[in-house]
Amino acid sequence: MIRLQNIEKVYRTDTVETLALNKVSLDIAKGEFLSIMGPSGCGKSTLLNIMGLLDEPSKGEIKIDNQQTINLNDKQLAQFRNKKIGFIFQSYHLINDLQVLDNVELPLLYRDSTAKERKQLATEALAKVGLSNRVKHFPSQLSGGQKQRVAIARAIVGRPEIILADEPTGNLDSAMGNEIMDILLQLNRDEGTTIVMVTHDEQMAQKTHRLVRLFDGSQVQ
Amino acid sequence: MLKNYFKIAIAVLRRHKFFTFISLFGISFTLTILLVLTAFIDKVVGDNYPDKKRDRSLYVSRLSEEGKGTMSSGMVSFYFLDHYVRSLKTPTDIAISSVFSGTNTYVNDKKIAVNYKYTNAAYWDIMEYDFVEGKAFDKQAVANAEKVAVISEDMKAEYFGDVPSVVGKYIEADNVKYRVIGVVKNVPITSYMTYSDIYLPYTVAKDGNFKDKGYRGGYYGILLAASKSDLSKMHNEYEQMVQKLPMEAKQYNKMYSHADPYIASYVDTGNENQSGVVLVLTILSVFVVIFMLLPTLNLVNINITRIMERSSEIGVRKAFGASSKTLVYQFIVENIILTLLGGLIGLVLSFIVIQVINSMNLIANLELSINFMVLFIGLLVCLVFGLLSGVYPAWRMSKLNVVTALKAQ
Repeated sequence: MIRLQNIEKVYRTDTVETLALNKVSLDIAKGEFLSIMGPSGCGKSTLLNIMGLLDEPSKGEIKIDNQQTINLNDKQLAQFRNKKIGFIFQSYHLINDLQVLDNVELPLLYRDSTAKERKQLATEALAKVGLSNRVKHFPSQLSGGQKQRVAIARAIVGRPEIILADEPTGNLDSAMGNEIMDILLQLNRDEGTTIVMVTHDEQMAQKTHRLVRLFDGSQVQ
Repeated sequence: MLKNYFKIAIAVLRRHKFFTFISLFGISFTLTILLVLTAFIDKVVGDNYPDKKRDRSLYVSRLSEEGKGTMSSGMVSFYFLDHYVRSLKTPTDIAISSVFSGTNTYVNDKKIAVNYKYTNAAYWDIMEYDFVEGKAFDKQAVANAEKVAVISEDMKAEYFGDVPSVVGKYIEADNVKYRVIGVVKNVPITSYMTYSDIYLPYTVAKDGNFKDKGYRGGYYGILLAASKSDLSKMHNEYEQMVQKLPMEAKQYNKMYSHADPYIASYVDTGNENQSGVVLVLTILSVFVVIFMLLPTLNLVNINITRIMERSSEIGVRKAFGASSKTLVYQFIVENIILTLLGGLIGLVLSFIVIQVINSMNLIANLELSINFMVLFIGLLVCLVFGLLSGVYPAWRMSKLNVVTALKAQ
């Protein structure tokens, strides 16, 4: 589903070059639930961003669903992300000015859809994460766990084949973290969604199919 | 999609009440100033009651003589108009009237300030005053120096009170009693060539200065051409006539006097080398541009400061499939909503300000009204500025790298 080949990422400032990723190659199968672990600053998030086409590698190739992505322009990348990938962030990144339902509808705004369809799909997605009763709330009225569930609903509303989650439980206590993890596992099991999750939590990582460890930008496991 | 943009635009406006206030204040204040200003200009320059034949009239008011280190300039005399200007072939007629002068009169021991002016009979043929009752004085009455008067509606009310008819009654000004023969609708004082409370035949002027043969006195002349196409011919004929006139005194060697269209005569600076029209238009344009520019810059500034604040939103929208173009579009729509809102408030404010100015009666007989063309242009300009002030910040925002945008929270 996702194939990374010899990915390198170099950050340059005027004086220093930092190698964030060093020749990382990774094959992720359709329906796989993979977790990436490693100490802070080892390049986990960078790798995830590159996988999600949010960031460009300095070298290497990314194929998603057998499609080469290196030469896509801004608009094509945007469309590609919109259809194929859903994102979940550690700090949720909900839009505070919009109600829960409008937040969840967001990815659908960028594809052909009617207001009615959007509302229906968003309502369904919210039902899946157990938040049907919070549709009209604003993010500021929700707990951390609820916010992350809204974020999951937003990530799945467009029915993407891939979900990329950057420390989705990092800001949550263990009970809430487990809830979120259960939703992700269920999503992977029931809908066959391919999930890549960056985490610091060994316990969470153990629940996934495969664990990849990074150290100083290189894959060590 | 638009509905969604609208929702977020309103939410953002409500969240940043202070910014919103400043933006809206800028836009609405600008529009208000613009509308009130143009209402003034419109009234002052555009109001053609009773001077309705402006498009085929030329106006004479000043005459200057210049010599080495000496200069004399002033309004023209009755004699100059009646003798020299009347000799011109092109004008079909010439309306002559004096500058209005003020005096006091008393009704039941109450003092009333009165402005009066002298006119010839042709004045009433060329000007199209609306008579509420009665009529103007004719050639015969002028020739006989009849003590008759045409008065304004306001004068009638003030002097005689609430009576149906005053024709035949007497009005006293400067210790002379005049028989009222007509009442006309008010003229605002800004139309200074035609404004007065009382109009009298020039022949009744006590000082008799209409007989004075000097070039300068206190009169205006309005030259009527048979058609619009005769204007330039009339203008040239006037210039030639002036060139041939002998100087009034030895120390002078140049004489200037022009028969100009209304606008030019209105803003006549008295300076031969500088056209009043150009000067006034330049000042006005600069004024308007600066006034419109201020809220634009303000908006650009505010929009840029919002970048960082909304970077998370931009990051998320990009991650979930918004292209840069879509984001630019969104921010422009937001700006247009803000601008239109400001425009609406500006319109309401203008109505209020104009009502207040009208009710305070600061300037005699001046009734301002909103010029809808100006309103339309003002809104359009606001919209263009809204677009301009939105495009640059939106473009900058949309170029934000997703990862950077998401990190900056």
